[in-house]
Amino acid sequence: MLFNRKNKVKKNQKADLTFSEEQGKMDNRPANEGVEQVINKPQDRRTAMKGLTAMLLSGAGLLNSSCSLTAGEDEQDLAQLKWEEYFKGNYRLMTPEEKKETVRRLERMYELNNGGKINISDKGPLKDVLYGYAFNISKCRGYMDCINACIKENNQDRNSQMQYIRIHEFENGRMDFAMADDNFYHEVPAAGHFYIGTQCFHCDNPPCVDVCPVKATWKEKDGIVVIDYDWCIGCRYCEAACPYDGRRFNWSDPHVPENELNKDQHYLGNRLRKKGVMEKCTFCIQRTRSGANPACVEACPTGARIFGNLLDPKSSIRWVLENKKVFRLKEDLGTEPKFWYFMD
Amino acid sequence: MISDGLKEATKGSTAYHIWMATLTLLMLFGTYAYYQQIVHGLSVTGMTDRVSWGLYISNFTFLVGVAAAAVMLVLPTYILKDIDFSQAVLIGEGLAVAALIMCLAFVTVDMGGPARLWHIIPGIGNLNWPASMLAWDVIVLNGYLFINITIPFYILYHHYLGKKPKKSVYLPGVLISVFWAVGIHLVTAFLYAGLPARPFWNNALLGPRFLASAFAAGPALIILVLAIIRKYTDYYIADKTINKIAMVVTVAAQINLIMLGSELFKEFYSVTHHSSSAIYMFFGIDGKNALVPWIWTSIALNLLATLALTYNRFRRNHTVLFISCAVLFLAIWIDKGMGLIIPGFIPGPWGEIVEYFPTWVEIGVTTGIWALGAFVFSLLVKVAVSIELGKMQYRNRQ
Repeated sequence: MLFNRKNKVKKNQKADLTFSEEQGKMDNRPANEGVEQVINKPQDRRTAMKGLTAMLLSGAGLLNSSCSLTAGEDEQDLAQLKWEEYFKGNYRLMTPEEKKETVRRLERMYELNNGGKINISDKGPLKDVLYGYAFNISKCRGYMDCINACIKENNQDRNSQMQYIRIHEFENGRMDFAMADDNFYHEVPAAGHFYIGTQCFHCDNPPCVDVCPVKATWKEKDGIVVIDYDWCIGCRYCEAACPYDGRRFNWSDPHVPENELNKDQHYLGNRLRKKGVMEKCTFCIQRTRSGANPACVEACPTGARIFGNLLDPKSSIRWVLENKKVFRLKEDLGTEPKFWYFMD
Repeated sequence: MISDGLKEATKGSTAYHIWMATLTLLMLFGTYAYYQQIVHGLSVTGMTDRVSWGLYISNFTFLVGVAAAAVMLVLPTYILKDIDFSQAVLIGEGLAVAALIMCLAFVTVDMGGPARLWHIIPGIGNLNWPASMLAWDVIVLNGYLFINITIPFYILYHHYLGKKPKKSVYLPGVLISVFWAVGIHLVTAFLYAGLPARPFWNNALLGPRFLASAFAAGPALIILVLAIIRKYTDYYIADKTINKIAMVVTVAAQINLIMLGSELFKEFYSVTHHSSSAIYMFFGIDGKNALVPWIWTSIALNLLATLALTYNRFRRNHTVLFISCAVLFLAIWIDKGMGLIIPGFIPGPWGEIVEYFPTWVEIGVTTGIWALGAFVFSLLVKVAVSIELGKMQYRNRQ
């Protein structure tokens, strides 16, 4: 078992290397995606966009509340930003400068709309890092502190009470998910029961990525499966393709109260989403790429959640994989989750 | 030709005007419902994260079949030179165009961000081809629409000018369209069959069964349409034509039933976890049984219609034939919608049973799109029949 596990990790490492080469190529090549790159040369893009916006503003009002030339400067600015945002390309194919620009636009738009300042990061994957997660079934007691921390950290829609994590309550004696309850409301831990949490498993072979018709979701170099919320068209094919119930859709305009908003954001992580796009667990990309643990790991009062770098032999995740009898869910589907379960 | 066509399309009997006005009203209602959906998001539908596709994708799936069914008329007419079908083939292609427009409309209204659909256009967006089956579907559906618009247009335009269309021009297109029709169907089936996450769909029979049910439902609809055209216009459609199409419907319906039996055997002889969707659909689980009445209705209607069609005496009686076709069409519509897309999501990946009930918005939008399809089809047929009857011709204007 131990030996097998090591092989698995090595395999991940190898897959990651090939991916990083591909990614490297993509980063270096000139961006040629998105309407703006096609209709405008990079050097005069900004001027051309201004012109287009002016045309739009004086023409038929496509953007509500901004179709008057006498509109305030802020409103014109906002209309301009919205216009540029609408025609931007896929984040994955943007040059570093384009990434910086869209981040700047999004921060400015938030400021114009809400008054406050937010900080959106575009930090890329760290070198020699491949994230993995392990869940200790013996320790989880169903407190759901992880879920609450996740909602706050990741700015999930409060109206629909969106949750990335599900805690399943099983009766002792049978680990059958169909018989488990993932919607319980009573004091925990309930006698004669045990608990298992599920979320996006950040598969090494993610079925959700293949099916996306517009390449709006992909696996990053550090193994995190991400979504470009602005590129997603909302067809929900990925949601149908995920065998782990890992994906969530914004069925209406998501709402986060201003005073509860987490303003430390990442473009591919917890920045504010909009209606009609997919989202999911990103292993708290805004935290983990800065070296912190995901919010769920930090919040868990029993220490059931372990997170770390699979490529670092000294990491706690590697210790778990090497010293515990671990297993993964639905291995038969060949998705290779980077999310393991174990018992004490 | 355009002005002639418009003139032809806008004049007609009172019945025609009432029909088109009703459809327009339904389309307006659908537009209002869609407006609600745009403003409030897809939360106004019955779909949830547990059942994330509903009435829209169900209808889309069914209509791909209707569109593909045109091939059952095209093949004998243009390639096997079976003259009986030639009066019907233009109608069949018109039906394919209308069905495809409905398909594209259903997919569009299902999108969370229809304004961002340009992301799918290669060049300015990124079409995930060949990895995503949805990318394949976008290509094959639009291609099929193009073929089914250009071939009839070429033929009709020549008839309009009083010329004979050149076989060397349209025959290659026809040949492609035959393969393409099978293609749109298989690709749409693969859209679902390629998802191991949903064992109910992840099934090698899905594609073939799509074809069989489509070749029953599509031509059944064509028979009904031909019956109406025959009654209300002077366009001559021989009994022999209808009887031959009825034969196609019958054989396809029989094959479909065999495949249904095969699926039922697999699901219920050795019941595994993967049979849960079928158990839910046919019997309900834990008192949750929203699909049970639908599927049993569908099976009963399907059996009834197929049996009626199988007896020569019944099939040759046109009253029985038309009723059977309508019943079969309805049965397969339920089967491909409520009986295929919805149960794929129930139970969910972790076994949870969450049911799906369409809302008035979904029903409104769906009705609107069906009205749009009927509207487009009526226009196409009206003009095509006039050209074929020689009522609308270029020289008439001189």
